[in-house]
Amino acid sequence: MALNNFLILSAFLFCTGIYGVLARKNAVLVLMSIELMLNAVNINLVAYSAFHKAVAGQVFALFLITIAAAEVGIGLAIVLLIYRNSHTVDLDDADQLKG
Amino acid sequence: MVAQNVAFWILAIAMAGAAIGVVRSQNVVHAALYLVVVLAGAAAQFILLAAEFVAWVQVLIYIGAIVILFLFGIMLTRAPMRPEGSMDNSQRLAAAVVSLFLFGVITALFVDAYGGKEIKLSDDLVLIGRSSNIASSIFRDYLVPFEVVSMLLLAALVGAVVIARRD
Amino acid sequence: MLNYGWIIPAIPAVSFLLILFFGKRMPKKGAEIGIVALSASFILACVAVYQWIDRVESATGGHASGLRALGRGVFGAEGAGHGEAVVTPVIHHFTWWQNGGIEFGVGIRMDGLAVMMLFVVTLISLLVHIYSTAYLENDIRYTHYFAMLSLFTAAMLTLVVADNTLQLLLGWEGVGLCSFALIGHWWEEGANSRAALKAFLTTRTGDIGLMIGIIILFFAVGSFDIGRSNLYALTPNADHGMLLAASACLFIGIIGKSGQFPLHTWLPDAMAGPTPVSALIHAATMVVAGVYLGARLYPVFFNGFSIGHGGVNFMVLIGGITIIIGALLAFVQDDIKKVLAYSTISQLGYMVMALGSGAWVAAVFHLFTHAFFKALLFLGAGSVSHSGSHHSFDMKKDMGGLRKYMPITFWTFMIGTLALAGIFPFAGFWSKDEILVTAGRSGYDIFLVVGLVGAFLTAAYMTRCVYLTFFGEYRGHGHPEESPRVITGPLIVLSVFSIGAGVLAWSAWPFHLEKFKEWVEPRVSFPVVVHPGFDYSKAAISLAVATLGIGIAAFFWFKREEIGALKGLTQRNKVAHAGYTFLVNKYYLDALYENVIIASIKGGIANAAYWVNQHVIDGVVNGAGRGAKIAGKFTYEKLDQRGVDGVVNGVAEITGESGGLLRYLQSGRVQRYALLLFGAVGLLSLFLLLANS
Repeated sequence: MALNNFLILSAFLFCTGIYGVLARKNAVLVLMSIELMLNAVNINLVAYSAFHKAVAGQVFALFLITIAAAEVGIGLAIVLLIYRNSHTVDLDDADQLKG
Repeated sequence: MVAQNVAFWILAIAMAGAAIGVVRSQNVVHAALYLVVVLAGAAAQFILLAAEFVAWVQVLIYIGAIVILFLFGIMLTRAPMRPEGSMDNSQRLAAAVVSLFLFGVITALFVDAYGGKEIKLSDDLVLIGRSSNIASSIFRDYLVPFEVVSMLLLAALVGAVVIARRD
Repeated sequence: MLNYGWIIPAIPAVSFLLILFFGKRMPKKGAEIGIVALSASFILACVAVYQWIDRVESATGGHASGLRALGRGVFGAEGAGHGEAVVTPVIHHFTWWQNGGIEFGVGIRMDGLAVMMLFVVTLISLLVHIYSTAYLENDIRYTHYFAMLSLFTAAMLTLVVADNTLQLLLGWEGVGLCSFALIGHWWEEGANSRAALKAFLTTRTGDIGLMIGIIILFFAVGSFDIGRSNLYALTPNADHGMLLAASACLFIGIIGKSGQFPLHTWLPDAMAGPTPVSALIHAATMVVAGVYLGARLYPVFFNGFSIGHGGVNFMVLIGGITIIIGALLAFVQDDIKKVLAYSTISQLGYMVMALGSGAWVAAVFHLFTHAFFKALLFLGAGSVSHSGSHHSFDMKKDMGGLRKYMPITFWTFMIGTLALAGIFPFAGFWSKDEILVTAGRSGYDIFLVVGLVGAFLTAAYMTRCVYLTFFGEYRGHGHPEESPRVITGPLIVLSVFSIGAGVLAWSAWPFHLEKFKEWVEPRVSFPVVVHPGFDYSKAAISLAVATLGIGIAAFFWFKREEIGALKGLTQRNKVAHAGYTFLVNKYYLDALYENVIIASIKGGIANAAYWVNQHVIDGVVNGAGRGAKIAGKFTYEKLDQRGVDGVVNGVAEITGESGGLLRYLQSGRVQRYALLLFGAVGLLSLFLLLANS
């Protein structure tokens, strides 16, 4: 299997995730796109680990999964709080930092 | 090698389609389900790469917990199933441009750097991916990061509770 | 005293200050300070004279003058010109300031000429001081008068002993100032102050030439020192052009100060001052300052005007003209002082003519003798006015027949007249005769004739003056009587000198003395001049001419009543009347100066200058002002308000606008920021990729 296949696949997933982060209105959907990106990174890491026959990549991927989980938890908590305060999770409405 | 390649390509196309579905779907729940497909595909890719422990952890944590969390989030925030407008904001086009541009750059980079490199499947590769090997690596070489991540999880837990509780 | 000669001018200067500060409180109102000071100066001057004579005699080894007088003709000896020992002047100099090759200082240069002048000035000043105590009794500015007399004497003595032209100029200006102050002593009368101003301004006109001449001489010589100037003028390759220019300019100063034609007009008007002042300043001392200058810097004039070559030069020409015009004008004056004033002008013309024809010793000796008898004549006129004509000077109206009432005044006046006319053996004979002879021998023959004519005229007008004053019947209103001793004393002293001064140059048989020349003529830095011996034929001719003058005038005046044809001639005959009017109006020179020259300057040039000032200069100034205003307005409006403020405001506006534009970046929308973030990341990675590939 060509290494590049996995790498380009992960690049594709990553860029799709970027599109989702930038283009989606709903905060939860943005979080989902972030998960896409993290997964892309995971695939990247494991591919490298297989290529170099090093276990570090896989360990790193495990940690990443853990961190992703924590991050989703906090993120959703924040989204909940925003929803509770302004009754919307539309990110276009969250422009209080407007200059 | 042929079987792995075929498997890879089927999985890759499925994942790519599902990813596009995540970001382009107008239904929030559909987007979540597409995400499940992506995650599952990722797990399958891990197995292809002989990283069995990571694959099963992926299924367990990601599909098993995180997606459920997302569904809870969708429910609790009363995300509209079928919205009046679109689910995308006004900068779709710019976002598409940027992401395509980035894709191009990264791809060029990979092709330039790793063009022609192969992953050789062998027995010792399988041995690397075994749970025992990973476990021993974590608890020997990466013990401190393991503890730190535990702390992180604790902090995240406490933090989520504090942020989201009603008072 | 030769080494400390500066004391002689210093004493009157101190006396001036003392009189100014303390004079009013003294019993004699300051006169005693002046008299004491002048006596001291006179005694010291005598000491200086004695010391100088001693110096000369010891250098030349005794009396050998008799041999020298024989068979003297024109000769051109080398060196000092006499072949005997050189007698250098005594020079002391104090440098006040020097910088860059120019040196200013004061000093004394004591030689025969200087000590002679010291003697004359101090003696006559002393006599005038004594005389003035009676003449100006109860005058309203008695103290001030004596103060100015002291200051005048100090200035004149400074001029006399000066060893550099700047100090000489200082003294020159000082005597001019004092002359102004003293002529205008009774300034309450408008005519007196006008006369004072006229005197000052006319001499000032000459002083322009003097100052320019001093400067030109400085540039030629490189120093202000008189000795060095003379030395330079005698070097064979001296710049003749510069010497000519310097002597011409200096001579203009002499013309102004010594009353030569055409700047003589101030002297008659100066008679408005008190008579002792006229005697001191305008007869004996100040007016001869010009002649003194010519004698001091004689090599400059000698080589500048090429006097040694005979013919005509500027100096001798002006002198000759002055002799004649002065003498002619003296005939038509009614005021006795004016007669004497014109006589002074004429005699100064003799001195200048003598200098111009190479007769240095003759000129200086004439200066010496003239001082005595002219001062005598003036003081005599003052005596007449004081006691005879009730303070009037008009001969025709208030005098006449005074010899009966004022014998001493009459006889001293007669002595003075005979001396002036040049009758043997009075002083004037020797001095005037020497002038004529030297002029004839040096190649200035025509001026010999002029001198003889002048002698004739002098004798004639003086006879007229004597007749009108002392003979005939008394026409005045007062009670004539002899003047007090204080007045007649000086007259007697001066008459002694008028008789005896000639002895010093009695070069005829049997004495063959030439003491004056021996003592006074410079032995260093002096050009080769002609020293003719005593010429009996010329002496006889001049004596005859003078006697003829006296005789004709006496005949005319004494016998006028009897010869009816001559009486009132100038009234009846048209030609005579025209000539008379011409003379009475002083050749219309005053009219020329005042109405033509001054008025045209006042009218034309002054108006033109005013126009230039208002339109051109003020125009330039106003234009500059307007230009500045316009520039200012432009700068304010265009550069400041629009330019600079524009830049400043523009910067602020750009900042505002860009802020306003950049504000849109701060949309508050996170996804916008993320877009920019990823966009930037993409670009950077592209650059890195390209850079490293």
